[in-house]
Amino acid sequence: MVGTMQLDLPYALTAEVTHRCPLHCPYCSNPIELRQRENELSTDEWLSVLTQAGDLGVAQVHFTGGEPLLRQDLEVLVHCAREAELYVNLITSGIGLTEERLRQLSEAGINSVQLSVQASSAKLADSIAGFNSHELKRQAAQRIRASGLPLHMNVVLHRANLHQIEEIIELCVEWGAQRLELANAQYYGWALRNVQQLLPRREQLQEAEAAYVRARERFRNQIELLWILPDYYEEFPKPCIGGWGRLSLTVAPDGRVLPCTAASEIRSLSFENVKERELSWIWKHSPSFNAFRGSDWMPEPCKSCERRELDYGGCRCQAFLLTGDARTADPVCKWSPHRYAITDRIRSIENIDDHAPAPVYSYRGR
Amino acid sequence: MSAVKLSDRPSLRSPGLMKYDKARQTELLLLPERVVELNDTAGAILRLCDGQRTVTQLIEELETVYVQTGLGDDIVAFISSAAERGWLELCN
Ligand code: SF4
Ligand code: SF4
Repeated sequence: MVGTMQLDLPYALTAEVTHRCPLHCPYCSNPIELRQRENELSTDEWLSVLTQAGDLGVAQVHFTGGEPLLRQDLEVLVHCAREAELYVNLITSGIGLTEERLRQLSEAGINSVQLSVQASSAKLADSIAGFNSHELKRQAAQRIRASGLPLHMNVVLHRANLHQIEEIIELCVEWGAQRLELANAQYYGWALRNVQQLLPRREQLQEAEAAYVRARERFRNQIELLWILPDYYEEFPKPCIGGWGRLSLTVAPDGRVLPCTAASEIRSLSFENVKERELSWIWKHSPSFNAFRGSDWMPEPCKSCERRELDYGGCRCQAFLLTGDARTADPVCKWSPHRYAITDRIRSIENIDDHAPAPVYSYRGR
Repeated sequence: MSAVKLSDRPSLRSPGLMKYDKARQTELLLLPERVVELNDTAGAILRLCDGQRTVTQLIEELETVYVQTGLGDDIVAFISSAAERGWLELCN
């Protein structure tokens, strides 16, 4: 059991080693204000972060970005993480995963790879990613399987690809994935900017969910499927990653330490940097990590709500982005006085025609 | 429930890893997208699931370590639920 009296220690570190990426997904979870290469932590600074994380109790590291393969020192970081006895997972677009690179990463001790895919057909996938990447991903999947590493995949679902859900599952089975995360888009950062183009209508979502249930039957025992709920259509918010500052932490490319990957958008908080402070101090004592621990910070309706231990009032980033106050109830909640922020967005897309010309996204890095 | 046979040689399912965590002083099972905190007995059982030992051997060893008899049913039940959750593979 995780103790409730004393402070919990983090299990997982998300190491966002760079914001650079060859793809331009319109739902990218990176902040709108992308960190430039010159602001990225050096190799030595990352090595120190990984060692400190291991000492703090972190057991697992997810290398992600942007595209982590763009860091030429990734192998060195992986090796160091394994020395610190961390389980190493690489989250990649697959672009740049040559045979040589994969061999080096395997030798460095990588434990598993999660490959993203944008759609089931190259045409749609490439138009979503803003880059001809689908064929490169197929080759990357093949290489990963051939190397003996387990292949996990993920797809972000939104209005333009939801209808392909069964074909996407089929494709991942064909590419040899053991597990597929079907993640309905979450509207922070770039995705919030593109919400008009990404948010599906309720009926589309219901059809997709039925297709998912059919596929789950059909491919039972072949692939493990994980459905991540589209929270805009729920009555209650999703729990904030097991509670703010309880299970995991993220280190951004420039060294800022965040309770979750979207947190840098909460402008009312300032985040400490590993260049100035030790990781364990930041975890235990920083104002940002302590801001929403426990339930004393909660205003009504969360304060006296019986669900507050279940969802912790929902997502702090979503509360801030949609209401301007990070302490308020997540507007997804049917008891939130700001629920209109969600329903207005849903209403605004209700009459969009499925056969309208391809949406115009605001792409990152364009 | 998966049917566990006493002659099975259970092993951790790849890419799962066991880790003794000094910070928490407990055994952890590391999986690609989650970490499972194990109690002492669960940790001790999984440590012996190396694909070499049979379930029978594993029970004998644990009964010796804990100086107890009659642990078989509990151990088999745990192995079976761990296999169900995808932590173990039952090779024979
Ligand atoms: S969501 Fe797309 S654009 Fe953003 S980092 Fe991931 S692969 Fe790159
Ligand atoms: S009022 Fe707050 S705690 Fe209660 S369900 Fe809504 S968001 Fe969760």
